[in-house]
Amino acid sequence: MRNRLFLWVPLALFAFFAGLAGYMLTQEKSQFVESTMIGEPLPDFALKPAFEGLPGAAKADFVGTKPRLLNIWASWCLPCIAEAPQLEALQAQGVEIIGIAIRDRPADVANFLTRYGNPYSRVGADDISEVQLAIGSSGVPETFVIDAAGVIRYQHIGDIREDDVALLLAELEKAR
Amino acid sequence: MIRAVLAFLAALLAMPLTAQDAMPPAPYAYNQLDDPRLEAEATALMHTLRCLKCQSQSIADSDAPMAGDMRHQVRSRILAGESPDQIRSWLIARYGDYVSYNPTVSATTWPLFAIPVVLILIVGAVLARRLGKRRSDAADGEPT
Repeated sequence: MRNRLFLWVPLALFAFFAGLAGYMLTQEKSQFVESTMIGEPLPDFALKPAFEGLPGAAKADFVGTKPRLLNIWASWCLPCIAEAPQLEALQAQGVEIIGIAIRDRPADVANFLTRYGNPYSRVGADDISEVQLAIGSSGVPETFVIDAAGVIRYQHIGDIREDDVALLLAELEKAR
Repeated sequence: MIRAVLAFLAALLAMPLTAQDAMPPAPYAYNQLDDPRLEAEATALMHTLRCLKCQSQSIADSDAPMAGDMRHQVRSRILAGESPDQIRSWLIARYGDYVSYNPTVSATTWPLFAIPVVLILIVGAVLARRLGKRRSDAADGEPT
């Protein structure tokens, strides 16, 4: 009798794994790769201006007396258009936003900022995703909270929606 | 009207793709290193690094602009004298184990390495018992 029950074990195991696989297929998987640089200082970098209107961006621009936002974006990126009003709202609240434009042409950057508004104090040009890779960012747009000492404190992946504005303000306050 | 809407939607889809390629690729995205030994080292490493944009491909297989920029990092760092292991750890420090296709034993992955060994041990034990039993049965059955 005991032996006969034992015979069902392989089938039970198979049913368990089939069930598990079936269940996991219905679960939504996050496509985001999070940076593991939170809590680490920004790497040294100095990027040339992305267009003529504003200066470029360097690590030194993040070191000072207040936390700032580092926004990774590009003029060819559609979600970046969607988040433009939220960046302007953040700037209106007194937040300094330093942009890094990925693989972008100066004319396109200038055009984007005239069309969708310019919330930046500086925009550096990262033509080969050098700084993006160095801070563990895997796409556009992404927004990092950098504290006054130049340490990465928070990463927001994807475009900033209206309800994310309060969240980012809270993270900036925490980084103070 | 419908045709215009469709054309507009198609244009929206095409825009990021064409625009991403507007800039010339990084110097070492599609160019090999001059030294064949270094290039072989770089290629071997690139096949074991995950493309972050197209997550089931290695950066060696992917045409995503970001994969090109990652290949540039690998080749220029190899050229600067860094070892493949150093470059892999540099990326893991930024993106976690996820970026590497080279499996390591860690707090979450140890069962993957342990389970096959345990299974082989169990099968070995069962086989030894069965075969041992059969042999002793045969010995018992032999006329003396």
